[in-house]
Amino acid sequence: MSGPVPDRDPGLQPERTRLAWRRTTLAFAVAAVLAGRQAVHQGLSPFGLVAVALCAVALLAFLAIAQARIIGLGSGRPAPLAVRTAVAAAVCVITLAAFGASVLA
Amino acid sequence: MAGPATLPQPDAGGTSRPKTGGGYPALIVRTGPSVADVIDFVRGLPVRARLWLSPQDIRTEGTTPDYRFSLANERTFLAWLRTALALIGGGFAVDQFLLRLHRPVRVTLAVLLLVGGAMCAVRAVNHWVRCERAMRRGEDLPVSRFPTLLALLVAAVALLMVVVAAVGWAG
Repeated sequence: MSGPVPDRDPGLQPERTRLAWRRTTLAFAVAAVLAGRQAVHQGLSPFGLVAVALCAVALLAFLAIAQARIIGLGSGRPAPLAVRTAVAAAVCVITLAAFGASVLA
Repeated sequence: MAGPATLPQPDAGGTSRPKTGGGYPALIVRTGPSVADVIDFVRGLPVRARLWLSPQDIRTEGTTPDYRFSLANERTFLAWLRTALALIGGGFAVDQFLLRLHRPVRVTLAVLLLVGGAMCAVRAVNHWVRCERAMRRGEDLPVSRFPTLLALLVAAVALLMVVVAAVGWAG
């Protein structure tokens, strides 16, 4: 790319992208809490406990992905999102849907 | 058509857009999604899955676009993930809070929303990859029927809810 690496993007694009990751993590937390509540409501069977644990793992994994990306966005000219990261984030979301569906009433 | 490397620098607000291809593309009028579209989508899945799982392939194509466009694409991807999460959360909420509904109706609504959410997440990655590739190649961004499909699904769930509420809760 041409031009020097800016210290700060005047359009605050990395900042906006960081915040987008933050609010997506927040949305994930809300959905994960609802999924956990679902499993607890069925009575805590061993299967329900496993489902709750997997929802928690999905949330933690998404948190880790988001955190890594937020750190990656700290540079003046951040690298584009890796395909692997995008796929991993979507897999976390699909996992939540799948394990949530398995504990439906 | 100007390549991504020659795009004009944005102004202080970062609001200027590439002036390639004579401004905005004309709105393409399409009819609703058909069964053939769904078949096409499913048929294309193996090819796209290969693209998702071999990230180095995308880096070898074309030129690296302005990082601001990549970040915008990333935010759109995240917005679609949030849409997926909202649908999934809605599915759980239907099952947990609409206890006056008959169980089959409740589970059907919940499953519809959960499946819609999962599809939304898959589509988010797929569309993000296609947009990223199009930007690298300097092509027009891909058009998609998915928003129409999603809107129809949401409308169907809402209508079903209205009918159920009118019939089931009337007396």
